[in-house]
Amino acid sequence: MSLSADDVAKIAHLARLAVAPGENAALGRELSNILDLVAQMDAADTAGVVPMAHPLDMAQRLRDDAVSEQNSRDRYQAGAPAVENGLFLVPKVIE
Amino acid sequence: MELHERSIAQLSAGLRSGEVSSTELTKHMLQRIRMHDAALNSFITVTEELALTQAKAADARIADGTAGALTGIPIAHKDIFCTRDVRTSCGSRMLKDFVSPYDATVVENLQRAGVVMLGKTNMDEFAMGSSNETSHFGPVRNPWDRETVPGGSSGGSAAAVAARLCIAATGTDTGGSIRQPAALTGITGLKPTYGRCSRWGMIAFASSLDQAGPMTRSAEDAALMLTGMAGFDERDSTSAQRPVDDYVAALGQDIRGVRIGIVREFMGEGLDAGVGASIQVAIDELKRLGAEIVEVSLPNAGLSVPAYYVVAPAECSSNLARFDGVRYGHRCAAPKDLEDLYKRSRSEGFGPEVKRRIMIGTYALSAGYYDAYYLKAQKIRQLIADDFRKAFAECDVIVGPTAPSTAFRIGEKADDPVSMYLSDIYTIAVNLAGLPGMSIPVQPSAGMPVGLQLIGGLFDEARLLNVAHQLQLATDWHRQAPAGF
Repeated sequence: MSLSADDVAKIAHLARLAVAPGENAALGRELSNILDLVAQMDAADTAGVVPMAHPLDMAQRLRDDAVSEQNSRDRYQAGAPAVENGLFLVPKVIE
Repeated sequence: MELHERSIAQLSAGLRSGEVSSTELTKHMLQRIRMHDAALNSFITVTEELALTQAKAADARIADGTAGALTGIPIAHKDIFCTRDVRTSCGSRMLKDFVSPYDATVVENLQRAGVVMLGKTNMDEFAMGSSNETSHFGPVRNPWDRETVPGGSSGGSAAAVAARLCIAATGTDTGGSIRQPAALTGITGLKPTYGRCSRWGMIAFASSLDQAGPMTRSAEDAALMLTGMAGFDERDSTSAQRPVDDYVAALGQDIRGVRIGIVREFMGEGLDAGVGASIQVAIDELKRLGAEIVEVSLPNAGLSVPAYYVVAPAECSSNLARFDGVRYGHRCAAPKDLEDLYKRSRSEGFGPEVKRRIMIGTYALSAGYYDAYYLKAQKIRQLIADDFRKAFAECDVIVGPTAPSTAFRIGEKADDPVSMYLSDIYTIAVNLAGLPGMSIPVQPSAGMPVGLQLIGGLFDEARLLNVAHQLQLATDWHRQAPAGF
């Protein structure tokens, strides 16, 4: 498995990471080495095996549709990079 | 015996008898941190003032007779656990100034039991690493040899417990992050069954694997700490809804006739000869204590590292999507638009190993690759769990090495991610199957600690702790301490 500089740029965009164009090739080699390790999975015969999503054989627990949280907005927003009137501020999205 | 050398049970007795107060004990431990931690870097934050307040409250509980086994005992939390009004960095630049607005359930449970928090320990960034070198706050040094790593990702907790800077610590284990550092620093570490300790307030890495557990100097201390940490929590949707066993009561059992399984695949190629010899000494000791030794096989264990490096990065890429520079954590300067805000905040906030894993996970989950990667890995996970089910039909507890070698040198594997990943070759299968696993110190190799891994069936923590305790009653490997601390 070998990832090209273009592949790396595409993955970085999907992951919302900024990778400088000069780093793409080196990062591609590092990621390809990891994918080579992962490719050892191909040797396993998994025909008919039920995928295991969770270690415990349990059903999703449900709860009553009742209010369980108090409003702690101010406390939770205290650590935000930029807030105003209880709203998170971001750069303009719609021109 | 000096205060910091005593077990939790001994300290608890001393606190109740009035021989020592929690305030005195806490001051003693804070003094040790001041004296020794510059050489180790095991703490990111020391919460001196809070510790003394909690110690005072513990002393009041001891005086009025409402104290429990952990009341007044000074411990440290891995900096992955959210602690209210205290910085919770997860070893990352992304959260270097994050002050948590709430406590993790594990923190809350231990607080209710009356422990004193000395501070928050260093760790690999977002728990991704096996050497504690990926921390934004710098590497932790192994107290047994400061040129070597303490293991990771709970390397700060391991080094602090090994150097007796705290009586016990919490850790988390996604692929070996409690057991491997416990092995490399000569302490006892337990990763419980998936779901035994609540994940609420524990910063998520790979949600189907993450589990909290105690890091201590003995199995007896681990039993006491786990009792304080474990339990059902409705705020964690995968918390196990079953009562917590009496781990302390289970410690008294003879291990005659207990069937100990030795995994053929773990004792061969790739295992350092000195480590292998120490493991054999421990197996012989278990046999001498009356355990029955049987050979078992985990034929698919070799696939655990490849499958893990799909499952863990995939879940990490999803979990770490929350760090967007908007609600909390690092934000880049002067973003030109929203996409630039996301991309630069994340790239500046995350270190190289975290970025690598996010990208591997993003790739594995991207359109067209799901079946080849994530689904295939989940099928291999099933094969590995089946191997364990078959092995546990023939034995009660599996033992073997925790790590393939003793502590490696700082920098030795830092530039080779794949070689670093193989440090967890014996521990990862246990997380994939959701089983409890433990590491306890055995005979050192060339002066450096070696860990014996014990693996049990689902929710068999009590038996693991008892086997470890019986071995520790008959040997003194767990009492050895690094020189100079």
